[in-house]
Amino acid sequence: MAAAGESPEVLFWVGCAGSFDQRAQKITKAFALILEKVGIRFAILGNEESCNGDPARRAGNEFLFQMMAYGNIQTLNNYGIKKIVTTCPHCFNIFKNEYPVLGGHYEVIHHTQLLQQLIDEGRIKMKEGNAFKGKRITYHDSCYLGRANNIYEAPRKVLQALDTELVEMKHCRSRGMCCGAGGAQMWKEEEKGHIRINAARVKEAEATGASLIVSNCPYCMTMLSDGVKANGREEDLQVLDIAELVAQSME
Amino acid sequence: MHIIQQVLFILLFIIAVYLFTRKVRQIRRNIFLGKSKNIQDHKRERWRNVLLLAFGQKKMFRNWIPAILHFFVYAGFIIINIEILEIILDGLTGTHRMFSPLLGPLYNVLIGCFEILAILVIFGCAVFLIRRNILRVKRFQQREMTRWPKSDANYILIMEIILMLLFLTMNTTDRELQLRHIVHYTQTGPFWISALLAPLFGQAHTGTLIGLERGAWWLHITGVLFFLNYLPYSKHFHIILAFPNSYYADLEPKGKMDNMPEIEHEVHLMFEPPPPDNTATEPPPPGRFGAKDVPDLNWKNLMDAYTCTECGRCTAACPASQTGKLLSPRKIMMDTRDRMEEIGEQINKNGKFEGDGKSLLYDYITPEELWACTTCNACVEECPVSINPLDIILQLRRTMVMDDAKAPAEWNAMFGNIENNRAPWKFSPEERDKWREDV
Repeated sequence: MAAAGESPEVLFWVGCAGSFDQRAQKITKAFALILEKVGIRFAILGNEESCNGDPARRAGNEFLFQMMAYGNIQTLNNYGIKKIVTTCPHCFNIFKNEYPVLGGHYEVIHHTQLLQQLIDEGRIKMKEGNAFKGKRITYHDSCYLGRANNIYEAPRKVLQALDTELVEMKHCRSRGMCCGAGGAQMWKEEEKGHIRINAARVKEAEATGASLIVSNCPYCMTMLSDGVKANGREEDLQVLDIAELVAQSME
Repeated sequence: MHIIQQVLFILLFIIAVYLFTRKVRQIRRNIFLGKSKNIQDHKRERWRNVLLLAFGQKKMFRNWIPAILHFFVYAGFIIINIEILEIILDGLTGTHRMFSPLLGPLYNVLIGCFEILAILVIFGCAVFLIRRNILRVKRFQQREMTRWPKSDANYILIMEIILMLLFLTMNTTDRELQLRHIVHYTQTGPFWISALLAPLFGQAHTGTLIGLERGAWWLHITGVLFFLNYLPYSKHFHIILAFPNSYYADLEPKGKMDNMPEIEHEVHLMFEPPPPDNTATEPPPPGRFGAKDVPDLNWKNLMDAYTCTECGRCTAACPASQTGKLLSPRKIMMDTRDRMEEIGEQINKNGKFEGDGKSLLYDYITPEELWACTTCNACVEECPVSINPLDIILQLRRTMVMDDAKAPAEWNAMFGNIENNRAPWKFSPEERDKWREDV
């Protein structure tokens, strides 16, 4: 696009999980499909995208974070990027809250917010009798969308538009329980304890009687899917990203 | 006789205020051992937080039962201070119930309200003792809640019950003495609760009654002055620091981590080296990265530690703690305070702190605790008085990783991947948009 002198409406920041993790790639594809169907002109950075530095910074490696941030801000500013949408709450948080002080100023939205907007504007319409209508589901608040940025309603409104029967877990919204991956935990074994965090969280989901856990974060997706397996509920408890629900249900 | 009482009271009062002020000044000094942090902005929003969080106890109401009981004790504490003012003025001037003639019938309404509050405080504290010692609510039973922290909580509750019982005894005997028209006992008329209790002393000798009234009066005010001096040694200091701590609460989104400008600067120099003839003054080389000991933290972190009343809402909400890991955000705050007190003791003794071979990181807080944090902000969200344990955890991690090179091997591998492949996993950057092939 840049070569053709065009600038996109929005940059879709795919993120490392969305690019490389096989399960998260499905979320990326689902979201890209929605953008295309709705007719939003979006761009991706492809191999010019780099890790935003979140895992390094939260693990304590500020040098590495600053190096990644420097490179990404150069790339984004060179392309004149104004608006970023991302399917990962960690990328969302770091662009929205931590890049501005380093010289990276963008309008940043998370894909659940964009989906809600598109539904509100009538640009996404659900099929009559979509597959999730009346289905008993539960929603997992990711820490970096929820507590970190106080976004609790946008994803729930999307679920409402799908006519699902949402049953909340014991810990939800500002009390939501972490999946166990944040703060760079994704890349190391948990410390010694009596249960893994993801298994404990999936137990809460099981208690709702739902047959589907909806998430909004690729890390949560990995942790919850592993938790479902560990608890032996693969057969009857599914984990899907909110974008996958919308992609499957829209006209 | 009255003059002796008056002199004794003045002495007691001066000693109590002197000791309290001395200890508070030490705490202030300890807090300012921390690094500077400029928090001057958004005054309006900050005062709003003081009103909502400290005065209004907004966050306490996330949990209704303790919130209501705590509100009784809190309201009792705030409002009964008016009565304490009268007691102090009476003590200093040798009068008795000096506000009664000034306020007229309003006086009886006020004291009546205080008496009802006293009953509610006794009830609240009794339930709190039961929750801690009989029901053994989980958040009061964790590994850091043994010995002093455990007894501290019980002492506070027992002291509050005793103070309220003395207050009621004082008023009840006073009522009976008024009915007997004893000189010096101002005719105030009945108060709501003590008037009901007065007949209990109907048979007592006047001398005994005066002894009881004076005894209760003296024990009550001595108890209050003792309690005042107990506060700064105890977790109960939150009744004072909750107010400034709410004012200085972080107003940014919780997801935002503090930047390290010194490293930002280094990285800029790396990518854009200054021309060789540049003689511009170099910034001084940075000291330690992150925090290893109390003076490396900022003053708000340290005020947080003195504000903590060890309620454990943070730890109860912590996913690591819930699943049996060593990490407890409450312990992070308690350790920070303990270490600060230890350094403070050395300053009291030697006039300065020159290091004692110990540090907050490693000697108090272990790497295993710090590695377990998922940075989920549940602890920050739960704290009713705006304490941020996560900020301390992340600063300690920075020292472990950047200064002490103690990162877990798996994290070093992740760092290596980011450096070499620009992703935390070992994939080639060329494969970043491979997902598009099957769209």
